[in-house]
Amino acid sequence: MAIDLSLILVMGVMYGVGVYLVLDRTMTRVMLGLLLLTNATNLLIFHAGGPAGLAPIFNKDIAAGDYSDPLPQALVLTSIVISFAVTALMLGLIYRAWVLSHGDEIKDDAEDRKVATKPSYDPEEDTPASTDSSEFDGDEQTREREFKIKEEKRKSSSLESQKTTARIAKDSSDIAGQKEHA
Amino acid sequence: MVTILLAFFVVWLCTPLIYRGLGHKTFYALALLPAGALIYVLTKTSQIMNGEPWVEKFEWIPALNLELTFRMDVLSWVMSLLVLGVGSLVLFYCTSYFSHSSESVGGFAAHLFSFCAAMFGLITADDFIVMFIFWEITTILSYLLIGHAHNRLSARRSALQALTVTTAGGLAMFVGIIMLGQSAGTYSLAELVARGPALVADIEAGHGILTGAQLSIALFLILCGALSKSALFPLHFWLPGAMAAPTPVSAYLHAAAMVKAGIYLLIRLSPGYGMVAIWENTLVIFGAFTMVFGGWVALKQTDLKLILAYGTVSQLGFLALIVSAGTPNALYAAMAMMLAHSLFKAALFLTVGIIDHQSGTRNIHKLSGIFRRAPVLFAVGLISAASMAGIPPLAGFVAKEAVLETYLERLMHAENGSVLLLDLVTVGAIVVGSMLTFAYSARFVWGAFATKPASFMENIDEIKFCQTHYDRNPAKLAHLEKSPDTLFHRVNFTFIASPVVLTLLTIAFGLYPEPVHHWISSHLKKIGEYDLHLALWHGVNPAFLTSLGIMTVGMVLFLTRNPIETFQNRIPTWPAASTVYRNIVDVLDRLAVWVTGQTQRGSLGFYLGIILSTAVIVPTIVLFLAETPPLANIRVNVNPAEWAIALVMITAALVVLWARKRFLAILMVSVTGYGMAALFAVRAAPDLAITQFLVETLSLVAFVLALRVLPRNIRTQKLTGKREQTHQSIRIVIAIGFGILMMALAMFTFSSRSLQPISLELPKMAYEIGDGTNIVNVILVDTRGWDTFGEISVLALAATGVASLLFIEGRRDRGASKNLDTQVLQIFEKRYAARTNLTAEQKVAGRFSSVHRDPFIVAGRTLPPERRSILLEVMTRLLFHTLIMVSLYLLVAGHNLPGGGFAGGLLVGLAFAVRYLAGGGRELRAASPIPPGVFLGTGLAVAALYAATPLLFGDPVFTSYTLQWSMPVFGDVKFVTATIFDIGVYLLVIGLALDVIRSFGEKIDVKIAENRKQEARRRNNAVAEKKRQVADRKAATGQQSTQVLVTEEGGNR
Repeated sequence: MAIDLSLILVMGVMYGVGVYLVLDRTMTRVMLGLLLLTNATNLLIFHAGGPAGLAPIFNKDIAAGDYSDPLPQALVLTSIVISFAVTALMLGLIYRAWVLSHGDEIKDDAEDRKVATKPSYDPEEDTPASTDSSEFDGDEQTREREFKIKEEKRKSSSLESQKTTARIAKDSSDIAGQKEHA
Repeated sequence: MVTILLAFFVVWLCTPLIYRGLGHKTFYALALLPAGALIYVLTKTSQIMNGEPWVEKFEWIPALNLELTFRMDVLSWVMSLLVLGVGSLVLFYCTSYFSHSSESVGGFAAHLFSFCAAMFGLITADDFIVMFIFWEITTILSYLLIGHAHNRLSARRSALQALTVTTAGGLAMFVGIIMLGQSAGTYSLAELVARGPALVADIEAGHGILTGAQLSIALFLILCGALSKSALFPLHFWLPGAMAAPTPVSAYLHAAAMVKAGIYLLIRLSPGYGMVAIWENTLVIFGAFTMVFGGWVALKQTDLKLILAYGTVSQLGFLALIVSAGTPNALYAAMAMMLAHSLFKAALFLTVGIIDHQSGTRNIHKLSGIFRRAPVLFAVGLISAASMAGIPPLAGFVAKEAVLETYLERLMHAENGSVLLLDLVTVGAIVVGSMLTFAYSARFVWGAFATKPASFMENIDEIKFCQTHYDRNPAKLAHLEKSPDTLFHRVNFTFIASPVVLTLLTIAFGLYPEPVHHWISSHLKKIGEYDLHLALWHGVNPAFLTSLGIMTVGMVLFLTRNPIETFQNRIPTWPAASTVYRNIVDVLDRLAVWVTGQTQRGSLGFYLGIILSTAVIVPTIVLFLAETPPLANIRVNVNPAEWAIALVMITAALVVLWARKRFLAILMVSVTGYGMAALFAVRAAPDLAITQFLVETLSLVAFVLALRVLPRNIRTQKLTGKREQTHQSIRIVIAIGFGILMMALAMFTFSSRSLQPISLELPKMAYEIGDGTNIVNVILVDTRGWDTFGEISVLALAATGVASLLFIEGRRDRGASKNLDTQVLQIFEKRYAARTNLTAEQKVAGRFSSVHRDPFIVAGRTLPPERRSILLEVMTRLLFHTLIMVSLYLLVAGHNLPGGGFAGGLLVGLAFAVRYLAGGGRELRAASPIPPGVFLGTGLAVAALYAATPLLFGDPVFTSYTLQWSMPVFGDVKFVTATIFDIGVYLLVIGLALDVIRSFGEKIDVKIAENRKQEARRRNNAVAEKKRQVADRKAATGQQSTQVLVTEEGGNR
């Protein structure tokens, strides 16, 4: 397969410059670096299709080997549009970062650094736990009594609330009746 | 069996509803299902006993040889008696156990219930991998059940510990399963066992996939899983820890069912692999040690549940030890012992649960005289413990006789030295372990039920007693010879029913072991010759004499418990296994923090530097050290146009490095992009050229719009410090290295092509199958439809991301175009007409197109005159419709000629961009009354519907059809449905472009205007403030001067 030195050179330069820019601290340059890397990679894939032939528009009279390879072209087409979306998203990020902090720089992540200074003591793992010699709080006699008292309270309170609602309903109807009467 | 599992699943789903209706009584309802399942299984008894396993088979993943096969042979049948029977009894018991507690147990009920199903699946699954899945499900459920009391630290910790240990074992086992399964060529347990002896013989002869050592490793790994699940030393410690679970869980999971899974697997695999040396050795060593160790530790526990837990550890060691020989006799004894153990151990745990529930403690130093308070419970405890101790006429005794008979006989017939040693160890461990078992069984009964001396009781003044006539004075209480009875609530019939049933079964098994013999012998019929027969009385034989000896020594051990306890407390103890485990975990934690601290520096540059230098160094080494392909066919010059473009691109890329001005850098990157478009055009890729050109233009617009608020210059890093300079040189080295590597990689890769590209077939296929002549488009919308669908989803996401980064509060894109009626325009016109500081040109611009008969690009009038460009507005009028028409053409023609949804959509985006640039945000909204969100959604929906529609016709997703019909004017019309997909793409790309222009255009316009207003207000305020200050100062000086004047006047006077 023929290799065109011109394309190889362009690709190499774009990869080199792209990597250099990606390692920068300025967000704009990182984004530009990514764009160059995308272009370089598109070129790599495109070039992998082999030497240029005829445009891949089917014609019965043309032999299959005479076309430019359509498969890498389809892959690169997808990649071009995706790179537009990624660029737009990065622009949004740069803009938002600028609005929030008036900075265009990627700062070190303080949370990451905190990990190194984390103490090895973990309360869930290192607190001495007492072993229990029972699952229950106290004996059954007491618990049953308490349970019954609670149940009764719950029942009576619901009964009482029923009574209250009934009384209120009665009162209101009485008032309405009085009004009508008046 | 599948029916049973499905029924379990359905009921499990309904558990929340049942619990809402029944509360604690849910357990009664849940207990019905395992009971029913048990009856169903029992109806199959005769078939299974006749040696015809009950098999149900479903294809699952045929490509991986995975089948959902459920197979119930006698062993599974015996296990399912335990799983379903004990499960049902335990669930029944739970109602009473959880009565009078106010916390919710709905989740607990569901977990316990589903555990029953998982266990049933485990014992019936024939596929080893399916069995493994059930195995892991039981592990997870065990975790949830142990951690039921999640507000207790000890429970949470024990749960996690159990999970970690058993999953680690499970993982090891999984590796073993894969090794064994691959070498045997099957994952069916039945097949694996049947082929086992042949496989082992093959491997030993050096034929199989595995070597002998590898087979040993595989078996050892499987044993690791089984032994960790069955809590053998040194992984036993999770089981005593698991006692933090509610007692029904301990009875079911940690005595009868789950821990038996390991033993079940041993018995299952033993006929196939028991003869491999590592199998027997591992089981003897760990089993023997665990049996003695567990018994010894159980002797010094004061918590009833821990006595049982260590007892269980010991018994599980015992069971593993019994299986170790692998002979039919050994399996016979092991099955009998497993049944007996499940019966008495479950009953004992349930007994402890009742004691704990009724008295509020399990500590033997706080319990006294319970036998008097609960005679039935005492009988249950006594009988079950006696069975555990191996006292006739109970199940434990009968089973232990079989064990002793097997191993004593083996010992007597042992010839070879090493076999003799193994047998000696086995018999010794069994005898010593059984003595200890007798001792701790007696200790259990005594600890739980006996009346103890007052001096034995702990904190006697805090214990509640049944009798009230005692003087509560601690000094007087301590002088009593016998402690009063601990307060013990009367036990309900329903509470004690389950342990009673289990105890009755223990007695029945002991008195009439014939049915059990029948079951086991029908299992062994297929495995080999055996000569055991379970019976209560075999006459005076060596086994019986040994039993007598064991009982005697056990009794002595129990009677001398006080000196033994003193001795146990005096000898130095090893660090507990759980402590060792926690130390290991601690070291792992520290290591993890250290590694993270070392690698996680928080600097993006650092990470990228590491990644990129790895990306440079490793492939370089591989490329040049391992094998360097020859470079071939490099052409220096073919097409001068290519060289020209290449040089422009290289220059532009290099300029970016030194560009200080932001827009210069952006422009130069754009130049490389346009260069790409040109290269595509030169090299016969029209679709790419069009798309790249459009994308580049739109990107440039987006760049300029988005970055206009940022300062003109990019801030460059100052290279003052030595550190920065080093960083800089590292960057340069990495960048150059990467560039060179990629060039080399490309050249070497392209040179090593030796076959025809697969795409040679594509042109013809595109035409004949895809019915399109534009091959690239056919690939996009038809051949690789999924790929494109994924891509447009990413586009939709990115568009939404952009919108949400700019419009923080929401898209706000509804009804946007309404505010452009004549009234609004008039307001703007009046405002601009009032301005006087305009040049003549700007005045003309301000008046432009304010005639009412011209409705197109009216929004230009909302811009201030100095921002308008007549030229641009006129151009837009000319261009807009043309662009839209061309885009539609690109869309429709795309299947056969260069173009397609992507190019078309981008062109529409460009048209909108032009509208925006000419007339501002209002113009954009007027241009597209449909908001971008609708475009995105519709596009995605159209694409998805297109993809799914062929399914209705029974075709695969993304099938495209060709429709042909004739129309009056147009003649024959051919329509390829893939165009619909392209329409979806088209709409979606429009949405993306619109979102980008709207966000970076109008939204930032608004923001800038706001900022300007704020700035102006601040300036005004500042001016006003200054004026006021000046005025104040003037006033102050004026006053002073008057004062001075006054004093002077006074002075004059």
